[in-house]
Amino acid sequence: MTSRTMQPMTAQQLTKKILASEELFILDVRNEEDYGNWKIEGGKTEIVNIPYFDLLEGVDEALDRIPNDKDVLVVCAKEGSSIFVAEQLVEAGRSRIHYLQGGMRAWSEHLEPVKIGDLRGGGELYQFVRIGKGCLSYMVLSSGEAAMIDTLRMTDVFEQFAREKGAKIVHTLDTHLHADHISGGRTLAVQNGATYWLPAKDAEEVTFDYAPLEEGQEMRVGNSCIRIQPVYSPGHTIGSTSLIVDDQYLLSGDILFVASIGRPDLAGKAEDWVTDLRTTLYETYRSLSENLIVLPAHFGQTGELDEDGRVAARLGDLYASNPGLRIGSETEFRAEVTGNLPPQPNAYQEIRHTNMGLLMPDCEEQREMELGPNRCAVHDK
Amino acid sequence: MADIIVDAKGLACPMPIVKAKKGIDALQSGQTMELHTTDKGSMSDFKAWVNQSKHELIAAREENGIFTFLVKKG
Repeated sequence: MTSRTMQPMTAQQLTKKILASEELFILDVRNEEDYGNWKIEGGKTEIVNIPYFDLLEGVDEALDRIPNDKDVLVVCAKEGSSIFVAEQLVEAGRSRIHYLQGGMRAWSEHLEPVKIGDLRGGGELYQFVRIGKGCLSYMVLSSGEAAMIDTLRMTDVFEQFAREKGAKIVHTLDTHLHADHISGGRTLAVQNGATYWLPAKDAEEVTFDYAPLEEGQEMRVGNSCIRIQPVYSPGHTIGSTSLIVDDQYLLSGDILFVASIGRPDLAGKAEDWVTDLRTTLYETYRSLSENLIVLPAHFGQTGELDEDGRVAARLGDLYASNPGLRIGSETEFRAEVTGNLPPQPNAYQEIRHTNMGLLMPDCEEQREMELGPNRCAVHDK
Repeated sequence: MADIIVDAKGLACPMPIVKAKKGIDALQSGQTMELHTTDKGSMSDFKAWVNQSKHELIAAREENGIFTFLVKKG
């Protein structure tokens, strides 16, 4: 669309463009540090960074670098500075200029639901892709009931989705105590009269009631009996528990990703948990069916999304392709997962404490704490 | 005491820096400007902006949600 005024672009529209591999030129006007830390990636986007405070006296520098024949999206932290710059680009005679509505903050919070597949007896499994931060939540639906796994903070999205599906949320489960994002599991459970499940070994310091998620205890959703089977799989945290859903899907939490494996250091115990991580990945998971479809709680890069925008892979295939599953000796493994790790996720200690109920930040503080990429994998940059 | 005080409290990006730039443009080299802002986001932007300019950040502090910066014009 050609226009002589600037247009807002929502995070949802941006997601669709990325998934459809449409060409888009992004001008990110945040400061260099914030840009270096975290930016929009994926699809056929091309991106440059010129801080807005370098464009206060005019946008000539930007004009030289922005193509004339593509849609242009100006991006900043919230949206104010991107509107300021976008207006000047339009005044300078440029067309196809957009700004990202709500800025990187809205980008961080946008969730895109994608269907993973049908379950026995008419059930369905959905993945919610938080494309800006690389987080994934899951909803199991079966005959009027729903279970949420690794619920993100934006609980209204899940409530709305369940309502549209005519389902009552009866269980919310966290595979582990998250360090990169604030869990919505407990809030969603309280708001819907559901049960909140958390592995007891990750919950030693929590201040609230929960149901302990343990291996051997099964859970059912709907009267068609979709089975959720917990498998103790420590290593990212000591309590980390994977879930086998309907004997088809392995919800691996932050233990196994499509392109990497979980890092063992975010609770400060890397050395202690390396052996657990190796045992989980090289023995426990090895003993499971190769045909399980792995559904992780994160991705590191948008390249891990398939053409339908889903993040999923067959377990057997990951043993051939995932570098974290192909490390020969225990010594090499130890070196790889404890040395040279990426920086920790933003505010990860405060986020852990919030998820334990020890801290109660307000909405605004929660958004700030969650800015940036998830960085839960060993191979993230 | 600064030569000029710029009050950008309650304003969101990009206004604190737009006002700060106007303020500092009105000064002579060696004079100082004090900026008051309540926008947490503009704090790192302001530091980045000063860093790449020839001006000098002399002091930065936070008190009761108000960020105060003292800058000497280069």
